[in-house]
Amino acid sequence: MISAPDTAWVLISTALVLLMTPALAFFYGGLVRSKNALNTMMMSFIAMSVAGVLWPLVGYSLAFGEGNSFIGDFSMVLMNGVDLEANGTIPHMLFFAFQGTFAIITAALVSGAVVGRMAFPAYMAFIGAWLVLVYAPVTHWVWGGGWVDHTLGALDFAGGAVVHVNAGAAALVAAYVLGPRKDYGRQALLPHNVPFVLLGAGLLWFGWFGFNGGSALAADGIAVLAFTNTMLAPAATLLVWAILDLMNTKRVTAVGLATGVVVGLVSITPAAGFVSPVSALVIGALAAVPSYFALEWRARTRLDDSLDVFAAHGLGGIVGAILTGVFAQTSLGSPAAGLVEGNPGQVLSQALSVIAVFAYSGILTVGILKAIGLVLPLRVDDKQERQGLDLANHGEEAYSTGEGALLLLDDEAVGVFDMDPDHDKPSRFVTTSEEAR
Amino acid sequence: MKLIKAVIRPDRLNDVLKALYRVEVKGMTVSRVHGHGAEAETVETYRGTTVKMELTEKIMIDVGVSEPYVEATIDAIVENARTGDVGDGKIFVLPVERVVRIRTGEVDSAAVTPVK
Repeated sequence: MISAPDTAWVLISTALVLLMTPALAFFYGGLVRSKNALNTMMMSFIAMSVAGVLWPLVGYSLAFGEGNSFIGDFSMVLMNGVDLEANGTIPHMLFFAFQGTFAIITAALVSGAVVGRMAFPAYMAFIGAWLVLVYAPVTHWVWGGGWVDHTLGALDFAGGAVVHVNAGAAALVAAYVLGPRKDYGRQALLPHNVPFVLLGAGLLWFGWFGFNGGSALAADGIAVLAFTNTMLAPAATLLVWAILDLMNTKRVTAVGLATGVVVGLVSITPAAGFVSPVSALVIGALAAVPSYFALEWRARTRLDDSLDVFAAHGLGGIVGAILTGVFAQTSLGSPAAGLVEGNPGQVLSQALSVIAVFAYSGILTVGILKAIGLVLPLRVDDKQERQGLDLANHGEEAYSTGEGALLLLDDEAVGVFDMDPDHDKPSRFVTTSEEAR
Repeated sequence: MKLIKAVIRPDRLNDVLKALYRVEVKGMTVSRVHGHGAEAETVETYRGTTVKMELTEKIMIDVGVSEPYVEATIDAIVENARTGDVGDGKIFVLPVERVVRIRTGEVDSAAVTPVK
């Protein structure tokens, strides 16, 4: 039986979650240098296309088809049977669209680990393969009737494991496989637009009300609980983050607080509809600590997880998933009791689900990247990396003044995108002066 | 005394600065400039409009030094600004008629000698 109020709320939530991907583009885009700003933002935007097309083609079916306990099936390929009939109290097609926006943002999250060096075609191939081979099965384990839900009994309200631990593990591994940016560790690679970072964090928070609140799939009390917890947990994270900043540097930093918003949101995601608002404050506050120190530590290593996807999403997701096992209350509608209701076993279930998702995502990500590396160059060459990926990957600049730009007429433009004799791949840098050399 | 004007790639600036500090050259003016040399123009496309960017972003460093520092300054810039590709830039060395330090009125070599 379709409920109009439930349908209205999930429709709005779907739009809110889709907004999180452009928000992430601003969050990530502000954190990189200006020469890589467009490329970084494009990595999020292209996820709306790659994941947005693969989801109806095959992703949704592999995630939510009946299948077995590990993966769905091909019964809903090309949206076969995804119609306007009721799925719970909302149309099946709406559930499909809502879940599709989750697939998009999860793929986009991984990009933060590879900015400033990854070739764009390889990136597109990577998120496509990752969506089908990693995201879809993991979603099936947790939400599609798979083993994490049925056998392990782990709780994941809106995607702590599915989205954040999953993306965090992939990011950690991708950063390792690609290797660091050439000037990483030798030069300060500073954010080029901190207001963008704050704008992105704010819009992510706004969109997250749909992410968590919409995951109730109804306009009911659970949605209100998840919504309220989404407001409170990051507030607590921010406060703890600010205090840690004060203790560490005697100043409260803007980039730090923007990161704190994301960590708080990540940590409450698996718990949102299962825990009390006071527990949400505790979860948000506790989640700040490991992520804060992981960020500090990571920057001193050779691991160039450039925008700290692992420290923010991976660790935040792990802390949130485990604390869900502590604070979940059946009295609030959680299907399983947590430690506070005398069920310590739930913490173990949560931990096992995190380990399973982390290991699967990490191992598959290595395989996918190595396989793509056999066909396409994973990285741009050193010269292009120096010049910036906006020019190398896109032939555009984020902040062009237009000075010195000569309009190429149609006959003059012939051949400018042809093969560059210096490289065995297409280049946009063929000019008379290079030919004369 | 010489005025050394160097045009370099923006991404080499940090290394060049470090090297100049190492040879005790600590007074300079750095500007963002656009210029054209032998470097390949880049072709950019904005929704159907294809353009050739004739001007490349560069950094200009102006350093006034006394004679004993001239070679060290040039070496520091050349060694750290060089990538081997077309577009690494140029160094111009100009004679200087007079230098005045505004704060003290010191002139010439005394004016470009770092304050201890």
